[in-house]
Amino acid sequence: MDWKIWSLKKSPWVFHVNVGACNNCDIEIVNCLTPKFDVERFGIKLVGSPRHADALLVTGVGTRQAVKRLQEVYRQTARPCVVFVIGACACGTGIFHEGYHVEGPVDKIIKEVDPNAIIAYVPGCPPKPEAIISGVVKALAVL
Amino acid sequence: MADSLQGIFWIVVFPGFLFTVLLGLVASWIVRKVSALVQWRVGPPFYQPCVDVIKLMGKEILIPQQAHKIVFMAAPLVGLSGVLLLATMLWRTAINPTEFFVGDIIVALYLMILPSLALIFGSSASASPHASLGTSREMKLVMSYELPLVLALIVVIIKSGGQLGLAAIAEQTPALTVSGMLAFLVSLLCVQAKLGFIPFDMAEAETELAGGILMEYSGALLAIWKLMQTIMLIAMPLFLVMVFLGGFGAGLLAGIGKLVLVLVLLILIKNTNPRVRIDQAMKFFWVYCGIALAVAVALAIIGNNYGIAWL
Repeated sequence: MDWKIWSLKKSPWVFHVNVGACNNCDIEIVNCLTPKFDVERFGIKLVGSPRHADALLVTGVGTRQAVKRLQEVYRQTARPCVVFVIGACACGTGIFHEGYHVEGPVDKIIKEVDPNAIIAYVPGCPPKPEAIISGVVKALAVL
Repeated sequence: MADSLQGIFWIVVFPGFLFTVLLGLVASWIVRKVSALVQWRVGPPFYQPCVDVIKLMGKEILIPQQAHKIVFMAAPLVGLSGVLLLATMLWRTAINPTEFFVGDIIVALYLMILPSLALIFGSSASASPHASLGTSREMKLVMSYELPLVLALIVVIIKSGGQLGLAAIAEQTPALTVSGMLAFLVSLLCVQAKLGFIPFDMAEAETELAGGILMEYSGALLAIWKLMQTIMLIAMPLFLVMVFLGGFGAGLLAGIGKLVLVLVLLILIKNTNPRVRIDQAMKFFWVYCGIALAVAVALAIIGNNYGIAWL
């Protein structure tokens, strides 16, 4: 296996982007870092800057205001990187479907910048921490 | 020719780069593991810091459009070479105390400022508002902790009767006296600030400055910064052990024990404190540590003049 991919799997640093979420998914993401789930066991670390990140955890429906910001953050992330789309809203706009303020789903916004982006989906409203960890593990196994 | 080859070997392989980086990776694993245990977590596996560096080496290097490219890319190398020289020098004196030069403690003091200077240059070249805030905090932090650190070293130099060589200073144990203990405690906090550990990590401040001084760095350049911090994690405690705790004079095992003791003290301070504001840090270092060290210097001079060994 390529050493770049191998080391990426062993130490994915994640950056958390909220593009119009109700904060529920965000709470569940932070929950993954707490002593009960402790994702640092797998080398997963929450970083403050997209430049340091290997994975973007995107929550929220993708509002009109957030589109440009999300695309900019995606451009700022060092390649290779993976996008995790977390929650029902981010996966397919959920209850805000066809809302006046909705530009999204998130994968459409990301693909406008990079058609070949690697995107993984974790549905749920909100997804449980177990579901998020399971989604990350499955996505990394495919990589 | 043979001499220069041996010098390169010293810097690149044995007491220098490879050896110290390996030790430092173990040390940074200990930092993360002990932090995890304190927070009742499991913590990362043994190889985690190593994998982090390997991964960063394989990532894309992004350079901001408005950044000063040469300074931005050269700063990590300057910082790394500074600490590399420091680590090599300290290890050589620790292993073989006969090979020292007069005044090497002052050289060590200068080399210890180099990583902070490199961080300041690199982050101010990155043209990022967050990084510039981090830069200004780092500058203020350097100005605050340099004064107590120099005063603490003056205490040690007085105790050793005016010796300026690390090997001569390492022959005694100033931490067993009152003034030496004061100086040791204060310089432990200065090293905490030099390493950028909580409570003095306001220059990086992940939660408010999003990485601060390191914000714009990615890929191999970030890996070099991480390696620099890894080496510092060994070199700084080693400096404290050499200067205050009697170095490796009492045998290799005792020396390693002292090194681990200093490291664990640093980790425990890191895990039991919140981040302070930069003005609180300046006040702490200048006022409280300054007064404590003025007392320590006075005690050391009195003890030296009247021959009272325990002062």
